[in-house]
Amino acid sequence: MEQAQSAPMPRLLANPRWKAVAETVAIPVIALVTAAIVFSGFLLFLGKNPLQFFALVWQGGFGSAFSLQNTLQRAAPLILTGLAFAIPAIIGLTMIGAEGALVLGGFAAAALAVPLVAAGSPPMLMLVLTAGMAMCTGAALIMIVGWLRHGRQVNETIASLLLTYIAIATMNFFVEGLLRDPASANKPSTVPIGKDYMIGPIPGTEVHWGFAAGLVLAVLLWLLMSRTTFGFAARVTGGNPRAAQAQGLPVGMLILACSAISGACAGLAGFYEVTAIHGQANASLVAGFGFTGILVSFLARHNPLAIVIVAILFGAIEASGGLIQRRMDLPDATAAVLQGLIFVILLASETLQGRIALFQPASDKRA
Amino acid sequence: MTLAVAKTAARAIGLECRGMTKIFGSLVALDDVSITVKPGAFHALLGENGAGKSTLVKCIMGFYQPTRGQLLVNGAEARIDTPAAARDAGIGMVYQHFTLVPCLTVAENMVISRGDLPAVIDWKAEKAALAAFMERMPFRVPLEAPVANLAAGEKQKLEILKQLYLDQRFLILDEPTSVLTPAEADEILGLVRDMAARGDITVLMITHKFREVTAFADSVSVLRRGLYVGGGAVSDMTTDQMSRLMIGETKVRKSAARLADVVSDTKVELNALYVDDSDGMPAVEALDLKIAGGEIVGIAGVSGNGQSELVEAISGQRPLKDGRIFINGRPFDATRKDYDTFKVFGLPEEPLKNATVRRMSVAENIAFRSFDKPPMAGLGWWLRPSEMRRKATDLIASYRVKTPSPDTPIENLSGGNVQRAVLARELSGDVRVLVVANPCFGLDFASVAEIRAQIIDQRNKGAAVLLVSEDLDEVLELSDRIAVMSGGRITYVVPAAEADRNTIGKHMAGHA
Repeated sequence: MEQAQSAPMPRLLANPRWKAVAETVAIPVIALVTAAIVFSGFLLFLGKNPLQFFALVWQGGFGSAFSLQNTLQRAAPLILTGLAFAIPAIIGLTMIGAEGALVLGGFAAAALAVPLVAAGSPPMLMLVLTAGMAMCTGAALIMIVGWLRHGRQVNETIASLLLTYIAIATMNFFVEGLLRDPASANKPSTVPIGKDYMIGPIPGTEVHWGFAAGLVLAVLLWLLMSRTTFGFAARVTGGNPRAAQAQGLPVGMLILACSAISGACAGLAGFYEVTAIHGQANASLVAGFGFTGILVSFLARHNPLAIVIVAILFGAIEASGGLIQRRMDLPDATAAVLQGLIFVILLASETLQGRIALFQPASDKRA
Repeated sequence: MTLAVAKTAARAIGLECRGMTKIFGSLVALDDVSITVKPGAFHALLGENGAGKSTLVKCIMGFYQPTRGQLLVNGAEARIDTPAAARDAGIGMVYQHFTLVPCLTVAENMVISRGDLPAVIDWKAEKAALAAFMERMPFRVPLEAPVANLAAGEKQKLEILKQLYLDQRFLILDEPTSVLTPAEADEILGLVRDMAARGDITVLMITHKFREVTAFADSVSVLRRGLYVGGGAVSDMTTDQMSRLMIGETKVRKSAARLADVVSDTKVELNALYVDDSDGMPAVEALDLKIAGGEIVGIAGVSGNGQSELVEAISGQRPLKDGRIFINGRPFDATRKDYDTFKVFGLPEEPLKNATVRRMSVAENIAFRSFDKPPMAGLGWWLRPSEMRRKATDLIASYRVKTPSPDTPIENLSGGNVQRAVLARELSGDVRVLVVANPCFGLDFASVAEIRAQIIDQRNKGAAVLLVSEDLDEVLELSDRIAVMSGGRITYVVPAAEADRNTIGKHMAGHA
């Protein structure tokens, strides 16, 4: 029976390891293709040509050196917020507070930058200090969630969502009051850090350093989660918390550590938003990167390396937004419709796990 | 009463399965099974876990559609494709676990079990009807009592009454005694048998306890690996024959001999332990127990008397509210460090659920105890997957774990093989203290014998073993000393040699 089953299968899929990998890749791809088909129906309903849409996404995302750089620029925060969701997800927690950690981290960096710039600190020192500040602030915020989860059995998803609103309100409170730059008339902001203190692009490109930081962190975190004892313990905890406890693993410490990593990643994204894009903290920080990161991480199945690829894909969709708006006369929200479709269909297709016969190991359950 | 019985007499239903086959994908769960249950019979369905008992019953109840085969009710072919159709045909089932709403009264539970409730319930009329119904029954449960206040035996009676109230005259009982004390079990099965003998009902009981079959059933069918392998009148069969039918030709490991004078300096002391359950109610109170090396102390008790909370507290899955555990006089906390220092290991119940990570590979699961120590960890934190696989390959061979490869996710293994992988992880080193909870739950005979032999082996090597089991026979077979747990306390301790089933049963029920 086993032979009859495995004969028509590609040779590669004979190894259970490769089967698992193939399944991991196939499910998000199926979701993406399905979402594209459903979205095409939506476009046809609007009387637009779907093929033109996807051609424009390609053109606006990867078509030229300019659009590619635009894409990578937009991918940078998504890599970091994607990682911010993925690391707690590996330990079994659904933390959606990256938006809050990004906003509060970016705000803390901008707030610390003001006195440093006023005191004439060297730019490098100021950047290192504010980056540290942003990461610590983000980490602290998500660690509150981790502690509530482990110490008080509070649902981490709700806690992180509510803390996000508190984080945004906190930034608004200071930006509109104590730390408001009097010169920012229409849009309350902190005092700009100034051109000399801002992070320039990676030499030879227009992409800011946040993209490089995201790449490096993705590789480091992939190594941490898949090649170290810390990552192993985290995966055991995520897969079965009761088994982890019975093995005496320090579940509470692991949760706090993963929360800290998550918050630090999101806080770092906020740091780059402030020091590379806006130059100050204001409502523009609340751009939804934290929430799109959830989608990125899910599509990448919480694999840090895959997050880079998916973040670039989403960067392209966002980068092509302007082009699509102009050429196809579609509203700005079109990209949000596509993202939402992808997310819902992806969550639904997670249930395909273990149901596609091709990817199942030859069963010997009866034996 | 005589009159009432006469009124409902001879209403039992007969049932016949012909050539029932159920195939799931490549798995043949039920292969051409034919069983006849005559009206008024008490028929036992025997078989190991995975033999196809529950698949057969689910086909009868309309939860599954058989791939092939016929069902005859009172000799006429019946199509039962939904549970509702089964109810209309008069077939009812009492599940292994209670399906009652604890915060409602007995009367309310019975009324809501009806499928045809009107939007507004006339409680006065309903209660009068229920009282009249109870009058006709050979056993009763107080109608106004909240279900939460009932003892397990009363709840089980209520489950049966509920089916009779719904006018189900063919009762399927799925391991009905697993939550009862031996005395409660005997009482309830006796009542059900009497009703069947009077021709009021027909009973089909799923079980794996021979004692219940020989004491109560009049006919029996045995399933093995989806096949009908034998059966007939219980009076014509010995327990030995039934057991051979159930197990087949599988070689069962002989229980290891219990060595007489094991020398060991291990001493475990549970000192005034207090543990709360998940609702914050006290589950274990002032529990004291000493276990010496080379000794198996078995804790017997009816499910839900604090045993699982006790095991969880010792295994670090639940905080100790008060009290302390001492090993060799030194305090023990459920941390990885202390597990290693004192060489404490554990075999939890349902290992796939409690001791493994489903989607991680067999090799990774086997490495849970050693992944953070050399040689698997370099520099203290760098994993060496090749070492992990090498160690796993050795253990897979020596513990005869059947797996396509060490890289296969452990969830693809059968229950017995998962258990063997966990045994390999927990018992392959130097074990000083072993905590075992319902180790044989859901396993086939060969695996059960294997595990019991391994536990005795560890005892003979000087380990102090704490065995918590809801299966009294298991406790009696394995233990050197038996402790009974009731209401969160140890109420009775007796050396195995002096143990007496009835006395233990009384203490389990909490009145002694």
